[in-house]
Amino acid sequence: MSGFQSNNAVIKWIEHRMPIFSFIDHSVGSGYPTPRNLSYMWNFGSLAGVTLVVMIVTGIMLAMQYTAHVDYAFDSVERIMRDVNYGWLIRYIHMNGASFFFIVVYIHIFRGLYYGSYKAPRELLWMLGVVILLLMMATAFMGYVLPWGQMSFWGAKVITNLFSAIPIFGEDIVVWLWGGFSVDNATLNRFYALHYLMPFIIVAVVVLHLWALHQFGSNNPIGIDAKGPQDKIPFHPYYTVKDAFGLGVFFVFFAAVVFYIPNYMGHPDNYIPANPLSTPAHIVPEWYFLPFYAILRAIPDKLMGVIAMFASIGILFILPWLDRSPVRSGRFRPLFRIFFILLMIDCVVLGFAGAKPPEGLWLIAGQLATAYYFIHFLVILPLLSVFETPRPLPTSIGEPVLKGGGSMAGAPAKPMEKA
Amino acid sequence: MADTATAAPADSGETRRDFLYLAAGAMGAVGTGAVVWPLIASMSPSAEVLALASTEVDLEPIAEGQRITVTWRGNPVFIDHRTPAQISEAEGAALEDLPDPESDEARVQRPEWLILIGVCTHLGCVPLGQKTGQNRGEFGGWFCPCHGSHYDTSGRIRKGPAPTNLPVPPYEFTGDTTIVIG
Ligand code: HEM
Ligand code: FES
Repeated sequence: MSGFQSNNAVIKWIEHRMPIFSFIDHSVGSGYPTPRNLSYMWNFGSLAGVTLVVMIVTGIMLAMQYTAHVDYAFDSVERIMRDVNYGWLIRYIHMNGASFFFIVVYIHIFRGLYYGSYKAPRELLWMLGVVILLLMMATAFMGYVLPWGQMSFWGAKVITNLFSAIPIFGEDIVVWLWGGFSVDNATLNRFYALHYLMPFIIVAVVVLHLWALHQFGSNNPIGIDAKGPQDKIPFHPYYTVKDAFGLGVFFVFFAAVVFYIPNYMGHPDNYIPANPLSTPAHIVPEWYFLPFYAILRAIPDKLMGVIAMFASIGILFILPWLDRSPVRSGRFRPLFRIFFILLMIDCVVLGFAGAKPPEGLWLIAGQLATAYYFIHFLVILPLLSVFETPRPLPTSIGEPVLKGGGSMAGAPAKPMEKA
Repeated sequence: MADTATAAPADSGETRRDFLYLAAGAMGAVGTGAVVWPLIASMSPSAEVLALASTEVDLEPIAEGQRITVTWRGNPVFIDHRTPAQISEAEGAALEDLPDPESDEARVQRPEWLILIGVCTHLGCVPLGQKTGQNRGEFGGWFCPCHGSHYDTSGRIRKGPAPTNLPVPPYEFTGDTTIVIG
């Protein structure tokens, strides 16, 4: 590994006492060897990281203006929108940032699903990712309650009531969560405190996630391990620049939504102040929760519905042990590829089913899609690992490019000395 | 290190140090619990929430067949002045058809007045049916639009994901036409 070198006296002074510069160099610098063949699918991790920072910065600015009290919360958000300098911008970034955070993370997850990034030796890395997903969901849910609109209130009520499905203690747990006998001021206050706290817990788990990542480095589109230095290039400048370019493209989309259709992904009912006595005719969660909402409603039993909903994420924890195929990348798994596409379609169907009232054809579609979701993980993947014949794997990452006609343009002038 | 500690009597397998570990560990666990408990308990409803006064309702102006909503402890309470037809329908339902069997008599103090906490026992929405023209579901009581629960004219669950009947709050007739809820 190329050791970190500097001639700057200040850097050397600090480095000697606390080797932070070599730490950065080994984490995201020229001292971090990275597979040379990463596609744009590998941009979404860094995008998620940047989005998390954007959420924390805009969130702290909002917190300076927001009032967590049932009588003032809605008005304080309206004041942010109308009177606070650039308040509309900060809020729209935060509000749509949550949606983009989920878009990025869902792509990141499906990337992992397709390329088998959850397989050994990256199981723990994958599981930490699932923990981050759960924390994100909790954070976004509690954030959505803060503006205290109709959807805020009823979303909070329905979701906290999920816990009443727990046998025996359920009702008591819900009263404890609420700090009262319904969603009220005590609930809003604690949600605000937790909404402020949880992003920082996410930061901590992201650090663990990256720690686990750097133990073996990134997986790659063909899913085989690097065989030597010719298979890797330094993270900096090759992937720093690629990540930066991807970030620019991401910001174009993000800005387009923030400036032109800021309420497109939201629900108009949340601009109606919360009314504890009247449920909106049709409550829907934010779009990123719809597939899970569909699973919840697919099962006509309260407890089983709740269990199925949590199991749909919980199953991801054991995924590395359900898919036993030794081949990581879907590129070399002809049958897996088909089922992977079916799973993506299945999730989209679940999303639509979650958005519609649970009756008629959509209820049935939601039920079939729920069944298929679990069948995919519990039946299809284990069977595929036994019955599928994978296509032959290349012998190395570099082979497909290096063998056929000279070096790739822009390939490292100086390959990493040691992988 | 261990050999510097005072040994326990030679015949017992345990050392004095084992005992100290155990005692210190137990003390630590009890101490942690004693500190964590107030933190958890602080999230439960506070005294002023628990003390929220009971609600008094004058039933006089409620005409037969009319339903009104009042608030008690932050939740809607449905007051239904039932018609004889609704009462006989509620009393006539066969208990074995009910997911949560309960006779209508057990749910009312006076048959014409049905008092319910208007919170769907599925996930807490307020069922429709209080206002004229709203969907009252297949059993003429209330219909929860959130996930499709149907309640009958006694507020009992008949169809849909809700597991139990709409609860009856504690209440008392303080006069011929006044009740106090809570
Ligand atoms: C993981 C990162 C975060 C996510 C996913 C997230 C999500 C959300 C969501 C969905 C809303 C509702 C937006 C709306 O409809 O108005 C919201 C509101 C809010 N968030 Fe966050 N948030 C995050 C981080 C933070 C942080 C770190 C803070 C404070 C330090 C914060 C403070 C606020 C405040 C004050 C509001 C209420 C104002 C408003 O509704 O616009 N958030 N958040
Ligand atoms: S909350 Fe009433 S049916 Fe789900």
